[in-house]
Amino acid sequence: MRIDSIKNGIVIDHIPAGKAMTLYHMLGLSAFDCPVAVLQNVNSPKLGKKDIIKIDAAVELDMDLVSFVCPKATVCIIRDEKVIEKKEISLPQTLTDILVCKNPRCITTTEQGIHQIFRLHSPDSGEYRCIYCDTKAK
Amino acid sequence: MKHLIDILDLSVEEIDELIRVADDIIASPVKYREACKYKTLATLFFEPSTRTRLSFESAMLGLGGNVLGFSDSNSSSAKKGESVADTVAVVSGYADIIAMRHPKEGAPMVASMHSLIPIINAGDGGHFHPTQTLTDLLTIHHEKGRFEGLTVGLCGDLKFGRTVHSLIEAMSRYQGVKFVLISPEELKLPGFVKQTYIKEKGIEYVQSTSLEEVMPELDILYMTRVQRERFFNEEDYLRLKDSYILTPEKLKNAKEDMIVMHPLPRVNEIDTRVDGDPRACYFRQAYYGKFIRMALILKLLEVQV
Ligand SMILES: [Zn+2]
Repeated sequence: MRIDSIKNGIVIDHIPAGKAMTLYHMLGLSAFDCPVAVLQNVNSPKLGKKDIIKIDAAVELDMDLVSFVCPKATVCIIRDEKVIEKKEISLPQTLTDILVCKNPRCITTTEQGIHQIFRLHSPDSGEYRCIYCDTKAK
Repeated sequence: MKHLIDILDLSVEEIDELIRVADDIIASPVKYREACKYKTLATLFFEPSTRTRLSFESAMLGLGGNVLGFSDSNSSSAKKGESVADTVAVVSGYADIIAMRHPKEGAPMVASMHSLIPIINAGDGGHFHPTQTLTDLLTIHHEKGRFEGLTVGLCGDLKFGRTVHSLIEAMSRYQGVKFVLISPEELKLPGFVKQTYIKEKGIEYVQSTSLEEVMPELDILYMTRVQRERFFNEEDYLRLKDSYILTPEKLKNAKEDMIVMHPLPRVNEIDTRVDGDPRACYFRQAYYGKFIRMALILKLLEVQV
């Protein structure tokens, strides 16, 4: 199976197999009116199987979200069919309004208009904790 | 502007400075009695805690300042659904500093994000209670004259007791401190507290289920309450509760200059017959609480005396 290469846009490669749709929904890609291709279970020498997302438009993506969902992914920015930038992915220091705190005693459960903020607690284990109550993200 | 949300907001040097100032206030209170004249402390207590609130108010009055506030959420705008952020934004206009207690974890941090004046966390649910820890530290320093090289026994509910976790966190920053953890199996110190503040720092510690056995080693005995609701069944509770009640008999093997601490209120975990023992220091502890809060208010308001 082949998908034509894109002219201007973004390719998110090396997504662990099965994760593409999660990322697709979290990034809100269904709302974009440009062509978006989701490739699943592509053979990969590195991962065995992987997923790929190709977006055929020069859009802005929430890179924190990409790196949180798929810390091992690579993101390539394409202009005139050439890769002009390969973005290094690393776990973001903070995640804003991506996770929801599960602690029923946390102030985020009652306070209106509050942002859900999680901070990277341990880069090794990728553990995030709520900045308000220190509860581990599930 | 600085707030106090977590005890770790303060460096060891800042804690030492607070203790130095608190000691000076104890020695010469008159010097400080107008230090906060025309300044106002707002005590925003979204859940009642009479002792903590009185300690803050007494501290501010001792500095010549004024106090205003509410003592539970029934008498406050919180009941009408006003957010912490809005309450604090309003009170920022009426006071110079806020002491806030709230049943929800993280509420004082939210307050600090919206406040124009310093926020002191006076307890947020089971999360942090930094002025209790400061009180404990001043008590230890005033009674023992140092932090270094002390053997600290913590007895009772080490699993859920937040004051215990914070004290371990704070004391683990000093040289030569040793911890003795005394609790029933069911209420042992959580693994992450032990890992982060004891094991990773290479601090010596002993775990025991018997208070009598380890008593002779202790410089400090910090008692906490073993609550009935922490046990699955009544028999376990009844079987264990007496082992962790301090009596004059159990104190027989203790060092002459050991001190017994307790965050109060106590229920029955310290026999009232212990109160007359010079080593019983829990009522003095409450007294120290006022002075460390005075020092803290001065620091956060940047008042020099
Ligand atoms: Zn939380």
